[in-house]
Amino acid sequence: MAKRVLSLVINGRLREEAVGDSTLLLDLLREQLGLTGTKRGCDGGECGACTVIVDGKPQLACLTLAARCEGAHVETVEALASGGRMSALQAAFHEKLGTQCGFCTPGMIMAAEALLRENPAPDEATIREALGGNLCRCTGYVKIIEAVQAAAGGAR
Amino acid sequence: MNPEAKRPPPAKSVGVRQPLVDGVEKVTGAARYTADLAPRGALVGAILRSPVAHARIRGVDTSRARAMPGVRAVVTGEDCAIAYGVIPIAQNEYPLARDRVRYCGEPVAAVAADDAATAQAALAAIELDLEPLPAYFDAKSARAEGAVPLHESKPGNLERAVEQTFGDVDGGFAKADLVREHAFHYAEVNHAMMEPNAAVAHWDAERGRLTLHSVTQVPYYVHLALARCLQLDESAIRVVKPFVGGGFGHRTETLNFEIVAGLLARAAGGTVRLELSREETFLTHRGRPETDVRLKIGLTKAGAITAVEAEVVQRGGAYAGYGLVTILYAGALLHAIYRVPASRYHGFRVYSNTPPNGAMRGHGSVDVRHAFETMLDTMAGELGLDPFAVRRANLIDAPHRTINDLQVNSCGLGECLDIVERRSGWSDRRGKLPRGRGLGMACSHYVSGSAKPVHWTGEPHAVINLKLDFDGGITVLTGASDIGQGSSTLISQAVAEVLHLPMSRLTVFANDSVVTPKDNGSYSSRVSFMVGNAAIRAADEMKRVLVAAAARRLEVSPDDIEWDGERCRVVGTDRELGYRDVVTEALRDAGTITVKGTWSTPPETQGGSFRGAAVGTSAGFSYAAEVVEVEVDEDTGMVRVLQVWVAHDCGRAINPLAVEGQVQGSVWMGMGQALCEETQYLDGLHVRANLLDYRMPTIVESPPIDTSIVEAPDPNGPFGAKEAGEGSLSAFLPALTNAIADAIGLRLDELPASPDRVLEAIVARRRAERVRRAAKPAVQEAD
Repeated sequence: MAKRVLSLVINGRLREEAVGDSTLLLDLLREQLGLTGTKRGCDGGECGACTVIVDGKPQLACLTLAARCEGAHVETVEALASGGRMSALQAAFHEKLGTQCGFCTPGMIMAAEALLRENPAPDEATIREALGGNLCRCTGYVKIIEAVQAAAGGAR
Repeated sequence: MNPEAKRPPPAKSVGVRQPLVDGVEKVTGAARYTADLAPRGALVGAILRSPVAHARIRGVDTSRARAMPGVRAVVTGEDCAIAYGVIPIAQNEYPLARDRVRYCGEPVAAVAADDAATAQAALAAIELDLEPLPAYFDAKSARAEGAVPLHESKPGNLERAVEQTFGDVDGGFAKADLVREHAFHYAEVNHAMMEPNAAVAHWDAERGRLTLHSVTQVPYYVHLALARCLQLDESAIRVVKPFVGGGFGHRTETLNFEIVAGLLARAAGGTVRLELSREETFLTHRGRPETDVRLKIGLTKAGAITAVEAEVVQRGGAYAGYGLVTILYAGALLHAIYRVPASRYHGFRVYSNTPPNGAMRGHGSVDVRHAFETMLDTMAGELGLDPFAVRRANLIDAPHRTINDLQVNSCGLGECLDIVERRSGWSDRRGKLPRGRGLGMACSHYVSGSAKPVHWTGEPHAVINLKLDFDGGITVLTGASDIGQGSSTLISQAVAEVLHLPMSRLTVFANDSVVTPKDNGSYSSRVSFMVGNAAIRAADEMKRVLVAAAARRLEVSPDDIEWDGERCRVVGTDRELGYRDVVTEALRDAGTITVKGTWSTPPETQGGSFRGAAVGTSAGFSYAAEVVEVEVDEDTGMVRVLQVWVAHDCGRAINPLAVEGQVQGSVWMGMGQALCEETQYLDGLHVRANLLDYRMPTIVESPPIDTSIVEAPDPNGPFGAKEAGEGSLSAFLPALTNAIADAIGLRLDELPASPDRVLEAIVARRRAERVRRAAKPAVQEAD
């Protein structure tokens, strides 16, 4: 398979990576860069566990060709904590038990992160809409909503 | 002993809303799950699956695959002739099919290759020669006369028939003022935990040793099955459970891919990563079976149960798995929630050409509980009683021994009822909501650990080791599998509570068979109860060692030491010693200290002596009551859950935050089964093997869940605690359908209450009404 050298910024770091035409962003992150925080939960676009932020927008890494990310800014869950401190969302998901098994959590947090950047004080319906493509099998979503609300409240 | 020292210690960790001890890793992405672990250079494993539901295997030609460059190993049924299965008396499954395939998607061969593309190409190059056999996709056709048995030793495809009678059943029905009988049908559902199945196997060729990392809830059972199927000494195997993305019962038995990974690693002489797709994860199945329930209940005018008779038929799939346990649970847990003076149970577990069923949250009890609570609701209506009154008329007064020998030592169901009745505004609102909106209620219960382990070895049911070293840190060594439910946190809280130490002094190290003590696994909600008790005992022992050291150093009797964790003092004086000084003294001469705590269920909780008596037994039962409010759109059949009120009796909430999370998750999973979840097969082909067609509720339609914790302490429970992760699931289903009945006067006999089923029932009712109206004048004319 022919490969090309792709330049993009991942978690603030310029990366040059050889990728095939059909390489998925998810595989680039997990297999080539070892950024395994981004999860594969399904066979393509079903669960939201691989949600990352590409140029400010939430995107499913399992449905994104790496080659389409030339010059893009990609953010994964690994980028959120800074200076040894968890982000407001990470802290809220931890403290409010918005995470149980944790497998949907990186995608859930990245989708919520994208929402809060665009709308720092969303109402409950907006939160539900923004996370509608992210499945969780543990929480019944009750504490996920509480966590996002807490993070949004703390940010205000 | 000084009376002062006997005073119960002030709570420090128990009862505190404690975020998970491994929560930071989960929110930062640092948590490593099985698929995150494979070292660079690991081979890629892949499984070839049967394209048909039932066939004799005439041949598996792997020669072309073996000859392909980059293919490092190919294994087939020839490579493992030893059957495995979680129940020692019912082992009839092979990791790779031999002689016959019995369901569409059954593993037949597997390859390990340099990369995924090569692995897939190799699978495509394997030629199967299959001779089709008649296949059965429902229990009725599998049981029909002349049906080909899936397993030669099981004529009629009957895996297990159960007949149990307790008390005077006919007399009970004769005494009743109202007897009703009704049939229900339940679709098969799946766990659909978020993490797909995966295993990483490493074969150490020089030493002949196998290391397996897997997504399991039961590393010990996986260990046993690997030793059995690979014919290795158990000590030549190491099983590690990393972070696991949920289980809900899917992973409470060894699964075929775990053994296949081991076979591939050994054949290839290296490390193999075997990641299953979501579709393959669905095909591994082990979910709740398609079930038919016929239930008969007798009630007095006051609503007291006089007798119960149930017939349950489960389509169990192609292999035994937990099947006989599931069919026994369905009968056993007719009891231990209400007083039932007489019961008769007929259970039939049937083999079929579908993926094997297994244990799923609320194991065996869920569908029967729906039937039971639905009938209590309809019969309450006929007797002019409130649904709450019928439940209250049958409450268990603990301690109580059921007629099938289950020992109930605590029961807070009455308080659960009071709470959800009050919080939902039941008495003011029920029956007064506008058409299309309704309220329904129901109750449920569950075991806190099966009182008898699946593998009876004579060992304690739970073991915890604590290691104290020079740094003052205590390592909690446990084999208990935290799969997100928070068991590591709970164990840590229990130890911290006894030792009066901050949890920051503790590190939980779990699930590495070369280091941690054996644990039977995370199933039947056993961990909080059993491992929690072992943790308390281990901490008691560590405390004894530390108090003795403090006494030595302070030159007093241990009885004179008042222990308060970070410091201790001589009672009645101001002579104190800090924790680190105590540790230094304790380690002097002794060196690193390791202590142990064990626990086993009391014999009186282990059930009766009849066949199958072990299933359903528990040292403690949890209880739940729920009210559900729904809105039903009669034009579309769409049911929307507006609000749930739940109260769960967990004995004592060691971690109220986790209890709430578990209860909410249980209620919600019950909602999925009640509203939309079902597997579906077309000629045996799973046609919903993805997370879009296997429709589970999203955050958009998931309701608020008002969660109350009831604490009816159990004398056997750790700090009085009982389970919290399963018991409130099954009440949701009948509470929902009872609410639908309240909303539109319609009773569904079949779940899930998906829009198509609801609409069909609405349309059928309208048609029946039209026919009745049309028929009326004719009748009058005839008069």
